[in-house]
Amino acid sequence: MTSGVDGEFVRGPPGVVDQLRRICGTAERALFASGVGMSVATADGTNGMTVASDPTSERLEELQFTLGEGPCVDAFTTRRPVLVAELDSDAMSRWPVYAPALRDAGVRAVFAFPLQVGAARLGVLDVFRAHPGPLSRIHLGQALTLADLAVATLLDGQERATAGADGLDGAMEYGAELFQAQGMVMIQLGVTLTEALARLRAYAYAEDRRLTEVAADVVARRLSFDRDQQ
Amino acid sequence: MSTVSADRLAQIFVEVADTLIDEFDVIEFLQMLAHRAAGLVDAASVGLLLADHRGQLQFMAASDENTKLLELLQLQNHEGPCLDAFRIMAPVVNVDLRGAGGRWPHFAPRATAFGFRSVHAFPLRLRSDVIGAMNVFGSEVGGLDDADVRIVQALADVAAIGLLQARAISRSEVLTEQLQGALNSRVVIEQAKGVVAQANGITVDAAFALIRTYARHNNRRLGEVAAQVLADLSSLPDLAKR
Repeated sequence: MTSGVDGEFVRGPPGVVDQLRRICGTAERALFASGVGMSVATADGTNGMTVASDPTSERLEELQFTLGEGPCVDAFTTRRPVLVAELDSDAMSRWPVYAPALRDAGVRAVFAFPLQVGAARLGVLDVFRAHPGPLSRIHLGQALTLADLAVATLLDGQERATAGADGLDGAMEYGAELFQAQGMVMIQLGVTLTEALARLRAYAYAEDRRLTEVAADVVARRLSFDRDQQ
Repeated sequence: MSTVSADRLAQIFVEVADTLIDEFDVIEFLQMLAHRAAGLVDAASVGLLLADHRGQLQFMAASDENTKLLELLQLQNHEGPCLDAFRIMAPVVNVDLRGAGGRWPHFAPRATAFGFRSVHAFPLRLRSDVIGAMNVFGSEVGGLDDADVRIVQALADVAAIGLLQARAISRSEVLTEQLQGALNSRVVIEQAKGVVAQANGITVDAAFALIRTYARHNNRRLGEVAAQVLADLSSLPDLAKR
């Protein structure tokens, strides 16, 4: 198994699950959270798996999917973070069943971050806090960076799951060419966008080349991913 | 150099401020802003960048979107007038690109090679915050007088407020939600360019032109069409194969 993505991932390579749980733990400590959970989506957008820093958060994570409502569900659907600094009356009317359940569990603020790269949606990272108030700018940056690390972990699968923890900076690279190459490889291979992302990254690692260079070659049509090529 | 009438100017400002509509789309809004700014000061090209959570400037929209301009805008993660304007939170104007090789050793020669002679950059400011920058390229040296600079900066400031719909909201979290959403929708457009380029055997620039033409002809949002390209290309026969 070269990459743990989409339906394949639901069975869960243990290395990836461990790494995701470690990210939840790191996030809990760094962000002064009472708990951090992660929901990993399958290709059709339904819930595939949850991991969390603690049993309570795992239960809250799963509950959103049982109820079909919550910040995590909204973050996934709208493809943007949902930041709720206080579970006030607005939150109660927005999520009439889930928000009271959060309160009962001692949660006073919740922050949901999509795990995504453009149209490739892999899941959501949820930060639960026992005290109300917004995330500071620094905490916000850390949460987004940890979300990027989770995306990289999901894309790279088991082999690189531990290596990914070493350098946050390398978690995601940016640039229009990289995203264009993702779309091109998706068509070349006839796979999902998520799989195309994983294949591009795996190729760069295997060839020991920078992802941005590989992407530039794909866009310039110096490199093509064929359906029968492994 | 600004020769537009006061009426037209007022019209542009109202247009840029009017973001409290139901189907507000950040990318379309920024494209409109780029076009209006270009028309206002008779610029060759205008590009817009927004900062992500790392403080890195990311390309969002341009008056004429093509690979060359994208490269110039993306270079400014490292150096260039937008990065300077973003950092000092003030405009950088009337820089002669041929004399700017010492200031921006990578950016200036590339911009000159693409046929630009002058460059200006304006921060997108919201109170004490700066969320991005607007890049204005000219094919002549100089070009903006003091009045132009004040007008373009005011336009940028109104756009920043409008973009974040700051007057209508009290939660500061909304700013982050919208910015992150906009950054991701830009990524979706780039991915869609790649899909259409590969499916039709054309360049990404040609693919963008196809996607945009399709969106216009069918009166649909660019971001919406891009998302559909990625979700189900076969549902868009005009883009799937020519």
